Amino acid sequence: MAARKGAATANVSRDDLMKYYRDMLLIRRFEEKAGQLYGMGLIGGFCHLYIGQEAVVVGLEAAASEGDKRVTSYRDHGHMLACGMDPKGVMAELTGREGGYSRGKGGSMHMFSREKHFYGGHGIVGAQVPIGAGLAFADKYLGNDRVTFTYFGDGAANQGQVYETYNMAELWSLPVIFVIENNRYAMGTSVKRSTKSPSLWERGAAYGIPGEEVDGMDVLAVKAAGDKAVAHCRAGKGPYILEVMTYRYRGHSMSDPAKYRTRDEVQKIREERDAIEHVRQLLLTGKHASEDDLKTIDKETKEIVNASADFARESPEPDVAELWTDIYADA
Amino acid sequence: MATEILMPALSPTMEEGTLAKWLKKEGDTVAAGDIIAEIETDKATMEFEAVDEGILGRILIAEGTEGVKVNTPIAVMVEEGESVADAAPKTRTESGTKPEPEPSAKAEAPRTPAAPKPAARAPEPDWPEGTETRNQTVREALRDAMAEEMRREDTVFIMGEEVAEYQGAYKITQGLLDEFGARRVIDTPITEHGFAGLGVGAAFGGLRPIVEFMTFNFAMQAMDQIVNSAAKTLYMSGGQMGCPIVFRGPNGAAARVAAQHSQDYAAWYASIPGLKVAMPYSASDAKGLLKSAIRDPNPVIFLENEILYGKSFEVPVLEDFTVPFGKARIWREGRDVTLVSWGIGMTYALEAAKKLATEGISAEVIDLRTLRPIDYETVLDSLRKTNRCVTVEEGFPVGSISNHLSAVIMREAFDWLDAPVLNCTGKDVPMPYAANLEKHALVTTDEVVAAAKQVCYR
Repeated sequence: MAARKGAATANVSRDDLMKYYRDMLLIRRFEEKAGQLYGMGLIGGFCHLYIGQEAVVVGLEAAASEGDKRVTSYRDHGHMLACGMDPKGVMAELTGREGGYSRGKGGSMHMFSREKHFYGGHGIVGAQVPIGAGLAFADKYLGNDRVTFTYFGDGAANQGQVYETYNMAELWSLPVIFVIENNRYAMGTSVKRSTKSPSLWERGAAYGIPGEEVDGMDVLAVKAAGDKAVAHCRAGKGPYILEVMTYRYRGHSMSDPAKYRTRDEVQKIREERDAIEHVRQLLLTGKHASEDDLKTIDKETKEIVNASADFARESPEPDVAELWTDIYADA
Repeated sequence: MATEILMPALSPTMEEGTLAKWLKKEGDTVAAGDIIAEIETDKATMEFEAVDEGILGRILIAEGTEGVKVNTPIAVMVEEGESVADAAPKTRTESGTKPEPEPSAKAEAPRTPAAPKPAARAPEPDWPEGTETRNQTVREALRDAMAEEMRREDTVFIMGEEVAEYQGAYKITQGLLDEFGARRVIDTPITEHGFAGLGVGAAFGGLRPIVEFMTFNFAMQAMDQIVNSAAKTLYMSGGQMGCPIVFRGPNGAAARVAAQHSQDYAAWYASIPGLKVAMPYSASDAKGLLKSAIRDPNPVIFLENEILYGKSFEVPVLEDFTVPFGKARIWREGRDVTLVSWGIGMTYALEAAKKLATEGISAEVIDLRTLRPIDYETVLDSLRKTNRCVTVEEGFPVGSISNHLSAVIMREAFDWLDAPVLNCTGKDVPMPYAANLEKHALVTTDEVVAAAKQVCYR
């Protein structure tokens, strides 16, 4: 493992580490399974996997409290699992079945859960950013101390509406954390080929929004940065930007051959910077867990994922009558 | 030589205004560029500058006078050495205002009693008989609707450009900031895409936003949030995540503002499942429909019209007056031809019906009021009676609401038709600036009359 800068590990408890490990592993195994089901033709359309980026949502969910909200783009499976949504409901939505979160009408990119305060799942690059600020606006209007985690990628960071939102969020001191998941590639275009900005979070300075760069392959660093951002928002100081440096191991979507980067580049990060392996080593070297303990977690995780896949296959397709429901809410 | 100062037009749609205040008095010397008066237009209070230097010889219109028509002489300027007495105006009236008699009004009274007159009653009135009514402009009715709903429900708020401190670019939100404060009446930066999306998020988060677009021309910048985020999320979430939001503002051609500021988007929004679309004509419908829109759990596009803002109608004095979506209003009963319109198109439809009556053609005039949902039944019922139909709208002809209505009528009532359905629409051109061209680009009353005669084979 390469040397890591970032959060100290001294204060982290065994329970926290175990939870991070479990949650990250669930996302990875779930996504691997989704990839398989896609290959089998059980999942259609676009399917954007989160493999490699697990530490981002797991670290930030660890900084969230009950009632906090989250909204993201179409690379959303990890966010849903991390905030506690049922893997069965997510996987069944991927297969377009009745048991899915949107009863098969949303698919991979469009899922929601009021119960878990997950507001999507948005398919248009950058559109979730003003929506996230609007959720924060609602909380401020209603006078509670909730914060909204608004996730978007390095690609969305070049959309105009992001900056319209920055301006309003700071103007009205909205409790929103803008999380830029910088995985280095907007589909096939590297950050270097899309902007001359040295860093994306620093663009917030133009609007008076503080922020920082975070090591997104280190869940403890993400959690520490999340705590800081949450405290800033809850104190009524307005928005905060976290540019979380991460990496996706798979293509942009299932149909992306990823010719824009070398195999070696991916391999090097997997070997040297993998977020799950990092926690695994912390657990083992800190004597928090044995190989056997971790094997047990691996096995349990696989069971959860397999059960979700079974459910997603067995759940029936939505009734044809569903075509005509949920277009309008009853006035 | 004495020169007259005329009441200026200070906005594209201003026809008359209030002479709020004189800042110079008779006998004062005035330099070019001096502010001589404050004039209240249909949109705002404007400062009125002198064009030439001279002496303010005589003030013809006292301050505080309302309803001063554009181009009415309001003062007389004299040159140095000229006496104020020389400044006797050529056209001076006692009251200061001389409302132009409507030359057409009398002439249009039916000359021949040929056709038996349809009953004068308004079928299926929106309010109980005997209800007290008050004369109100569409502008006031819209403001009242928002104020009433904001009093009723704390989660209702309004945001948009100039809605608060400026009191509304078109004065629709006048007084709301004073009553409800800056928490609920929110001035936004000029950032349509951003604040439309923010409004959608606020609706997801449990609020009931009213988002004002200064005009719907600017809403094109926000189209993705309206269509992809507001309209589709309920469906995509399997019914979990509704978006109770109203997007409202003036739509369609105003006057002399040319192509980028003159477009009717009704057909665009009406084609999107998940949106509701209202396009009122009268003040009572503006009020009743806007109140219904604010209470609706779905995203509503509320298309107003700048030219209609200043028009007055009877509005019922009721504690809680609402108009349901999907119910057309029959403005005029008739036997020979059905004219179907909505929004400002009703102006032409009603004028045409009046003219047609003088020629012995009895036209039934239907105001759809909402374009999603559409009250097809009222149209079809009328058509089965008249067997002829002309639609009237200001929008572009291709892919218009009129086209859609024609298709529905053909499918549902083909055997009842005695003539093809004709569509009177705006012309298939970007809106020109020149006054004469603009007139041609819009639908005209004469075109509606001609179409009605054509389907009546007259």
